[in-house]
Amino acid sequence: MLEKNPVIFIILAFVVIMIGTTVTMIAPFKWINGAGDRIAEVKPYTPLQQEGRDIYMREGCNNCHSQTVRTLAADVERYGYGGTYSKSGEFVYDRPHLWGSRRTGPDLARIGLKYPDPKGAWHRKHMENPQSVVPASNMPSYAFLNKPLDTTYSERKMKLLKFPYSQADLDDLKGKSEMDAIIAYMRKLGTDIPVKKVEAAVQTAALKNPFTEYKSIESDAKSVYRQHCASCHGDKREGTLGPALKGSAKADAELFKIISQGIEANGMPSFSAALDEQKIWKLVTWIKLDTK
Amino acid sequence: MNAPTRYFDDSVKGFITWSIIWGTIAVLVGILISLQLVWPQLNVAPYLTYGRLRPIHTNAGIFGWGIGSFIAMFFYITQRLTKTPLWSPKLARVTLWIFNIAIASAAVTLALGINRTKEYAELEWPLAIVVAILWVLFSLNVLMTILKRKEEQMYISLWYIMAALVGVTVLYVVNNLGVPLHLFKSYSAFAGTNDANVQWWYGHNAVAMVLTVPPLAIFYYFLPKVTNNPIYSHRMGIIAFWSLIFMYLWTGAHHLLWTPVPDWIQTLAMAFSIMLIAPSWGAVMNGYLTMNGQWEKMKSNYIVKFLICGITFYGLQTLQGPMQAIRTFSAFIHYTDWVPGHVHMGTMGWVSMVLFGATYYVTTKLSETEIYSVKLADTHFWLVLVGQLIYSVTMWIAGVQQGMMLLATNPDGTLHYSFMETMIAIFPYYKMRAVSGFIYLAGLLVFIYNIYKTFQKGADSQAAKA
Repeated sequence: MLEKNPVIFIILAFVVIMIGTTVTMIAPFKWINGAGDRIAEVKPYTPLQQEGRDIYMREGCNNCHSQTVRTLAADVERYGYGGTYSKSGEFVYDRPHLWGSRRTGPDLARIGLKYPDPKGAWHRKHMENPQSVVPASNMPSYAFLNKPLDTTYSERKMKLLKFPYSQADLDDLKGKSEMDAIIAYMRKLGTDIPVKKVEAAVQTAALKNPFTEYKSIESDAKSVYRQHCASCHGDKREGTLGPALKGSAKADAELFKIISQGIEANGMPSFSAALDEQKIWKLVTWIKLDTK
Repeated sequence: MNAPTRYFDDSVKGFITWSIIWGTIAVLVGILISLQLVWPQLNVAPYLTYGRLRPIHTNAGIFGWGIGSFIAMFFYITQRLTKTPLWSPKLARVTLWIFNIAIASAAVTLALGINRTKEYAELEWPLAIVVAILWVLFSLNVLMTILKRKEEQMYISLWYIMAALVGVTVLYVVNNLGVPLHLFKSYSAFAGTNDANVQWWYGHNAVAMVLTVPPLAIFYYFLPKVTNNPIYSHRMGIIAFWSLIFMYLWTGAHHLLWTPVPDWIQTLAMAFSIMLIAPSWGAVMNGYLTMNGQWEKMKSNYIVKFLICGITFYGLQTLQGPMQAIRTFSAFIHYTDWVPGHVHMGTMGWVSMVLFGATYYVTTKLSETEIYSVKLADTHFWLVLVGQLIYSVTMWIAGVQQGMMLLATNPDGTLHYSFMETMIAIFPYYKMRAVSGFIYLAGLLVFIYNIYKTFQKGADSQAAKA
């Protein structure tokens, strides 16, 4: 009969298609983003952050950057920046989601935790000229975002998305560039859930560097430096975004403290989650060395 | 005996022509973005940056080349299988106009940064509505032809065609639901994890309803036509058909393994993905067994080569896909270049190979002549085959290498490689991939020349007759 009746055939095909659809796509609406998923600390976007998010979408950043830290140790280690894997409740204000499907660049779900600098100096330099901070990067330059932000629809967006906003939030948009907006969005990403600060029991006086000669630690130190420091302090410790480090005159304990805890006001991140004490001491020893 | 039915094939020719044009653009943009990944200086801000061009590449490929040629083939096949002329040739002409306007507007708006950011559903709402109208008009024409058919039995290709018409409609409408802000901007109707789940239900079933079901309809029609042998088993085709369209819809979340999407959805997706091997290989075996006793045609018939090579890539694709849908393997290769390697085996291998074969066949039929040059068709075959293999193999190697480097840890549990180091390691493969694109493009140009010359030859001989 099916070979001869197209109407019945089409109805049946539709029903067959709808079975899997109902179970795996329609039914989950009952649970996802429900009370069980909600996280009290997660806040909607401010007008400036939402504008930044819309620029992120316009430029198709999602084609190279994902936004989900998977529940894998390596993912949390690489992209967690001290935070944990991504939770459903962190995305309830994301319309659409921007999880992406290919990491030609790093995951950005928690990028806000990586650079604490309120001015976003690293992001600005990186967006304008990615190769100036990451020499081998294949990211295009986004210097063209240095133009005034169009705020025509900013308030309407807040209303449409049902996000709370104040007049101060709207005033905050004045004089901002597209670059400011996308940096504000970057700085918000993944920061809502409070990160458990590693107990940094740093007593400056008592800190003693276990490494007195550099030869044995040189290669370790250089590899750590390349991974974590070179993008801001230069390949040769000559200083770029951050100050020059080569042959630093600072005391060992003071350097240890800076690397471990960071200096938020200057934009220096804390590395206590990413590096253990041994590695920090090796860095300290090598930084102070005044050769090569 | 009655006079032979007169078929309306102007629009078939129109869709073939335009789908080839859009397909060529897809390949050209693909080559450009593959070069941009090696030399970022090639990004021309703001319109020709990677982030804006990549959706143009995928949309031109899937909607321009893919859907465009499926419409051509569906018009062609449906008329023959129903022994009925197309319900409305006028509507078909209108459909072609809407199709071209939609794809051209898609390219322009995407370059301007107007997009919804949902993969393969990037077009903003006014254009999405145009695409939906296009699909409904096309479906109406095909379905009305089937309803008015003179041949009572519906061959398996018609089943696949009707399933595609229904499936694409449901998927496209749901994933495009949103709230417009203004003419060029809307926000998705769904948020966060829900949006991701809807997106990949759509995304993976676009693979089913656009890149699997229509090429299967085409394969099932043309293989028996070209070889003059009936398909091996009609019953196997039917069982494979129903299980395929049943199982596919459960599998979307294999794109979301280890993410916040509920575990049970991921596990179902994983299980159904593996089960899908059976119906997929049902079609592959049906193709192979049809060839029993006539395998020498792989040598003597240039179209058989395209069709059988295409179904072989389908077979490989449907083994590799389920493997990637397993959590442990996904942890390793997801987000790496392994996946583009997989996808391009499907698009450049399976779908395009079958379409090349079908286009040759239809072109010679419509021109009532032989192909202009079998030698050129063979050259075309080898160029696209080699181009596609270099593409996929280099991307698989790059994916495995980067996957291993990203997971490598030191004895103290810290990561061994920085992200940039993993990228530096795979840049050489990016260069090889760009080369493969040029080889594929060369094959495509040979194909276009051959088709053009065949149409010309047909026109000349008809002019001579008149």
